[in-house]
Amino acid sequence: MKDVTLTGPFPFSAIVGQEDMKLAMILTAIDPGIGGVLVFGDRGTGKSTAVRGLAALLPPIHAVAGCPVNSAHLGEIPDWAQVNDTAIIEKPTPVIDLPLGATEDRVVGALDIEKALTRGEKAFEPGLLARANRGYLYIDEVNLLEDHLVDLLLDVAQSGRNVVEREGLSIRHAAHFVLVGSGNPEEGELRPQLLDRFGLSVDVTSPKDIDTRIEVIRRRDSYDRDPGGFLTEWRPADLALRAQVVAARDHLGQVAAGEPILRDCAALCLALGADGLRGELTLLRAARALAAFDQDLTVTRDHLRRVAASALRHRLRRDPLDEAGSTTRVTRIVEEVLA
Amino acid sequence: MTDSQERWQRVNLALACFALDPAALGGIWLRARVGPVRDRVQKGVEIALQGQILRRLHPGIGDDALFGGIDLAATLAQGHVVRTRGILDENAVLLMPMAERVKAALAARLAGALDAGKGLALIAYDEGAEPEERLPQALADRLAIHLDLADQGLSDAPELALDQSALAAARLLLPHVTVPDHAICDVATVAARLGIRSLRAPLQALALARASAALMGETCVDHADLTLAVELVLAPRATQLPQEEQEAQEAPPDPPHPEEPEKAHEAQDQDQIDLPPLEMLIEAAKAILPPDLLARLQAGRAARQAPAANGSGAVKKGNRRGRPLPARPGRIGSEARVDLVATLRAAAPWQPMRRKATGKTDQLHIRMSDIRLRQFAETSDRAIIFVVDASGSAALARLGEAKGAIELLLGEAYARRDHVALIAFRGDGADVLLPPTRSLVQTKRRLVQLAGGGGTPLAAGLKAGLELALTAQGKGMTASVAILTDGRANVDLAGIANRTQAAADATAMARAIRARAIPALVIDTGIRPTQALASIASDLGAPYLALPRADARSLSAAVDASLNLA
Repeated sequence: MKDVTLTGPFPFSAIVGQEDMKLAMILTAIDPGIGGVLVFGDRGTGKSTAVRGLAALLPPIHAVAGCPVNSAHLGEIPDWAQVNDTAIIEKPTPVIDLPLGATEDRVVGALDIEKALTRGEKAFEPGLLARANRGYLYIDEVNLLEDHLVDLLLDVAQSGRNVVEREGLSIRHAAHFVLVGSGNPEEGELRPQLLDRFGLSVDVTSPKDIDTRIEVIRRRDSYDRDPGGFLTEWRPADLALRAQVVAARDHLGQVAAGEPILRDCAALCLALGADGLRGELTLLRAARALAAFDQDLTVTRDHLRRVAASALRHRLRRDPLDEAGSTTRVTRIVEEVLA
Repeated sequence: MTDSQERWQRVNLALACFALDPAALGGIWLRARVGPVRDRVQKGVEIALQGQILRRLHPGIGDDALFGGIDLAATLAQGHVVRTRGILDENAVLLMPMAERVKAALAARLAGALDAGKGLALIAYDEGAEPEERLPQALADRLAIHLDLADQGLSDAPELALDQSALAAARLLLPHVTVPDHAICDVATVAARLGIRSLRAPLQALALARASAALMGETCVDHADLTLAVELVLAPRATQLPQEEQEAQEAPPDPPHPEEPEKAHEAQDQDQIDLPPLEMLIEAAKAILPPDLLARLQAGRAARQAPAANGSGAVKKGNRRGRPLPARPGRIGSEARVDLVATLRAAAPWQPMRRKATGKTDQLHIRMSDIRLRQFAETSDRAIIFVVDASGSAALARLGEAKGAIELLLGEAYARRDHVALIAFRGDGADVLLPPTRSLVQTKRRLVQLAGGGGTPLAAGLKAGLELALTAQGKGMTASVAILTDGRANVDLAGIANRTQAAADATAMARAIRARAIPALVIDTGIRPTQALASIASDLGAPYLALPRADARSLSAAVDASLNLA
């Protein structure tokens, strides 16, 4: 390992509490195929801190220096890109922010107006999706994003390809990223069709317990005052977690899920009345990633139990009078089915 | 000293603290109308922040100004790309008048820039007249100091005393100020007991306490600094009156850090002598809690639930989607897209002349004035959902009028892009007779089949209305619900005849509709107005109309006027 970095975002392992959110993010880091994570909750609960911390925690990626889509090899560079610097360099896992109100042009990329007007060239200007390839795309206040943009993002996230057909351009490039959306449900909700396409969803609340709150503030304060010292202090914990994630990625292929587990998944989704089959698939994938994280060789009911709420809570039919929230419903059904 | 004078002193201290370390405090949210008082504050800001860059923003600022963009005029003239610097690129203190008009998109961008920790700070002048008009929550959360000077008289607001050299000395001292551990505990506890959920607030309070200590020439945060921090940062954010100590202490100790509370106690014991207890901080907060705290909280909640805050299904006036309009001249900004063909067409006639003028014959000459932007118009369709009582008590006579009103509204629908839906409730449940449609033929056919009779399951009707409204919103329509009933709910959600339960269910469902900010209208068709129905209307947050002898035409007019969406 190289010398210890003295600047960086708040360390992931130093985040106090919020276990659900941290676990969901780690699972998508192990298996990006799980799909995005939706984090709904109060302001100032460390949602964006967690995303940034996670990306810094993950092992750096190797990419072609001048490539706009972070290609791993020269062969993967899309033909429209003019790459001058072909050295393979190590760079941190990209985390791209998608600001609210971003235009479609900025997101998917568009005709490069500068080149078109000044040089008369038809060139493609890559958008945020290109930069997010092989990393994370973070959208704060996803529930306030325009619907057609959310549609588009989820579609690209699922297919892993961004296709641009406009203004005489016909461009496609790889766009494999994990979508992390956050928002405050009091300000608007997502359509059920969109909710369903996020892999995992977690509710975060600010900690109710005074001592936890004090600990959060104490850590944040010492980070703000002496980032270098704080990062050095938490470096071992972050490295241990990174090693665990890397081991889990290698291990993922060997985790077996037996017939009874598949039956359990189906039974859970049936009992909850979750529409479609995406619930079962995500539940299984998340449970498998969790088993890999625990270095287990088989998926057990315990794994299912731990991921069920995150994988299924946003797929239930909404009941306008249910004040208890869907987490409680999922937990109750899980207890019944897996009794 | 009067309250007003004390408040002005706090303003003075707040500005001084802010000037020491603008970036750490994030900024100031100042609620005051334009006037001499605000001018005094503005003058104070200019004195306090002398030597730092001040930039004015306006709520309609575009991305090219914020983040930098292409300077098109220079680019076209010089033939290579010339960029402008964005306001967010340098460590400036941003001043934003009319902050209550900031849109969610701009708020998100500014919040992101403030979070990036590059040394930006924002002073938001909120000129909102109504409690609902206010700075977006996303921004308010990131600005440490909240000041309300709406009622400040000029006589109690003398020139602010800010001394440059004292500020400079304090700025040097600031990095050496330490915060004792018990201060962290106190701030966190006070924040929790005031019901502040965001964890940014206690951190900002600590930063303010630190600045205050430096201002006093001390190297350790003491009680006076914490009191000021509570007054400026925590108290304005309170969402509840401070609860009793016991309740706060009931929370179980955090198992993973068993040693922490003890440490905190030890520290507290050591410093007990020179620091008065936590209660004094709470009292300080209580003393300046606005008297109309509860009313304000409701205003905040209402603002959050206003349909404008809802991204899906609201009225969209964009220039990116919808029916294309002719291209218009304009600047390249972040919002609109350039219509290339129209731009080239505008530039074409000038080519020979420009070639001659510049001497360059091998390239296309495009000037700023040629740029054409695409425009789209998109109107959001509205969906009016009629929830009609078809029970035995209301039925026959009323049903005919409801049918007539629906036909009338649909008759005008083609021109106004209205969709109309019909739900009837009778017996033990509600049926969607007509999903949102604009088809007059289909509607007439379904209306003929509508039969009456049976109990009044009002709750089931409301539930069906809510579900349909949400579906319609999902499709991008603006949905509203019009309820026609005589109000004697006697069948509950489960379909069982039980008056008490039926009334409770109806109330709960009405609140659920209100919580989703769906506009509604209650029309009482009974011979005598019913109290129960008026209370349902207030639960819905909807107007209540008693129309005992309404005919189809007046019903249609009433719906049109009340929903006020035309």
